[in-house]
Amino acid sequence: MQQLLNGLFLGSLYALFAIGFTLVFGILDRLNLAHPAVFAAAAFVGIELVAVGGLSIWVALPLVAVVGAVLGLIIERVAFRPLTGRPDAHFAGLISSIGLGGMFIALLLFRYGPDTRRFPVEAFPTQTFTFLGARVTVLQVAILAISIVLMVGLTWLVARTRLGRAMRAVAENPRAATVLGINVDRVTATTFALSSALGAVAGALFAMNVNSAQLGMGSAIELKGLAVIIVGGMGSLPGALVGGLVLGLAEVFAVQYIGSSWRDLVAFGLLFLLLVVRPQGLFGSRRVREV
Amino acid sequence: MNTTLKLLAGTGALALVLTACGGGDGGDGEAAGGGELVGSGSGDSCTIEAPVPVGAVVSLTGGAASYGDSQKKGLELAADKLAEGEGITYDLKIEDDASDPKQGITVFESLTKDKSIIIGPTLSNTAFQSQPIAQDAGVPVLAISNTASGITEQGDYIFRDSLTEAQVIPQTVEVAKEHFGLEKVVVMYSNDDAFTESGYDVFVQALQDQGVEVLDTLTFSKADTDFRALLTEAKGKDPDALVVSGLIEAAIPLVTQARELGIDTPIIGGNGFNNPKLMSDAGEAAEGVVVGAAWNSASEGELNTAFLADYAEKFDGQPDQFAAQAYTGLMVIDAAVRANCSGERDDIRDGLTTIKDLDTVLGTFSINADRDAEHQAVVQIVEDGSFTPLN
Repeated sequence: MQQLLNGLFLGSLYALFAIGFTLVFGILDRLNLAHPAVFAAAAFVGIELVAVGGLSIWVALPLVAVVGAVLGLIIERVAFRPLTGRPDAHFAGLISSIGLGGMFIALLLFRYGPDTRRFPVEAFPTQTFTFLGARVTVLQVAILAISIVLMVGLTWLVARTRLGRAMRAVAENPRAATVLGINVDRVTATTFALSSALGAVAGALFAMNVNSAQLGMGSAIELKGLAVIIVGGMGSLPGALVGGLVLGLAEVFAVQYIGSSWRDLVAFGLLFLLLVVRPQGLFGSRRVREV
Repeated sequence: MNTTLKLLAGTGALALVLTACGGGDGGDGEAAGGGELVGSGSGDSCTIEAPVPVGAVVSLTGGAASYGDSQKKGLELAADKLAEGEGITYDLKIEDDASDPKQGITVFESLTKDKSIIIGPTLSNTAFQSQPIAQDAGVPVLAISNTASGITEQGDYIFRDSLTEAQVIPQTVEVAKEHFGLEKVVVMYSNDDAFTESGYDVFVQALQDQGVEVLDTLTFSKADTDFRALLTEAKGKDPDALVVSGLIEAAIPLVTQARELGIDTPIIGGNGFNNPKLMSDAGEAAEGVVVGAAWNSASEGELNTAFLADYAEKFDGQPDQFAAQAYTGLMVIDAAVRANCSGERDDIRDGLTTIKDLDTVLGTFSINADRDAEHQAVVQIVEDGSFTPLN
């Protein structure tokens, strides 16, 4: 039971990270590799707000989301928009976002130094309670709740709102969307902002969950985030959620039943197997669009 | 044509200047090693006319700057203390290696020219690259903070006053076993880091020697921060203690999450855990963590009490292990100089080999046949937010 919960909490953070990742990918067909840098930056900014600014964690988290959104706008404007219309925009965007992510990390290094940083010990409640024989902290429950609310909220936004419809129209065909009177640039920018805000919240929650924030924390999770969106089906939001949980549980049970050194091997082995059996991912549809 | 001439003239001038520099340096070296550092008398009554030159290489800037700063203070305090004595004066020169092996090499090269002995450098990594320079020049080196194995194997002029992991860990296991009655433990270590892996090897050997059963061995990566799955697994084995070889970056989340999962057993850590950050960042979760060290501020002994008081007076703060080892370093050198009553390089080297049962702030201190330090380690446990001696 404890391991099941461990996997669930870990998986929900993977999912939150991956949903931001997959949003940009699904709608704009761009892979934003500055996303891990936003993840790390948000954790450091969150710590700064709480430790130095003296804010409550519940005030700091929305602020972190705002910071993430601003970073998303910067990423879109600097790394992606200048490349619009170029025939190699996919690949060029990939590289320019890696570059921009590297610059973000360099700025963090300049501002905070190389040391690991943490939220102050008293920043959040540390009580634990027992649930079906397993120990759970209040913080973990809060993290799970925040993750679920954000994921459901985002799915609703994409499925039901005017903005969501515009996003889907852009995803289908940007040129046709323009003809329909949709401001493609604005929708694109909003998508990046939303995506990065989610990544930022994920980063701050992750740092809280493990009591540690490092400059490289984004790159450590980046590969797993990519695995999650592939398992889930590229661009599928429910897929990213399920994919995150699957990866989290796979890791935890690999430790339990096979051995701790085999954790990544099992997790990525599973991914490989899934790609062989179902190349489009769990929730993905076969892509007919020419890339 | 004109250009060629100029070039030739320039090269000639440069060659002249270089030759002059080389000659000058050689001359200085000769002067310092020319025999005037041999004194008269012996031991406490030894008198040397000229000041004995000592060069220290510590990391005053860069990643290890906080350690280097402590070492600088320890050295300055020791120099003050020695200046109160009679017969010998020391000309202490402290240089910065910037936590960088390349700068370490440069500083060593300049110090070997006119110093009798070199102290440092701060990091083992820098030591491996810069100490061979002193070895080649026949200048003795006393390492004051390096814990990696193989430091003194670099040559017969290399000594050290800091205990290695291989010395501290067996004592830690022994004391912990006695204190907690350990019978069975779970071992965890990061298997992608040379330092923690060698710490793991020493732990396993020590546990085996002490007859403690290892129920399970769990590995993690040095970049890992979520240990819940591993810790749940460890908890399921019901060990008397967790034995962990990891760096401080992993230690803090690991300890926090262990307590959160209800693991209340002692957690025995390697030298990576010996960091005040453990208490400041893990808070209450750090209580009950056991770690061995070369020195603890609460250690008893007249010399240590005086050291603490002097340090507090001069620097308005508390010394740490690095300051204590640096302070001891200069005291050991003083003893080595007095042994033959000479500040000459080879005489100091010979003097260092004779250090035995010297009373220092680290305890009763000897240098063994491998030129490594030997003294009792202090096994500490975190109690009420600070390291307290367990033995």
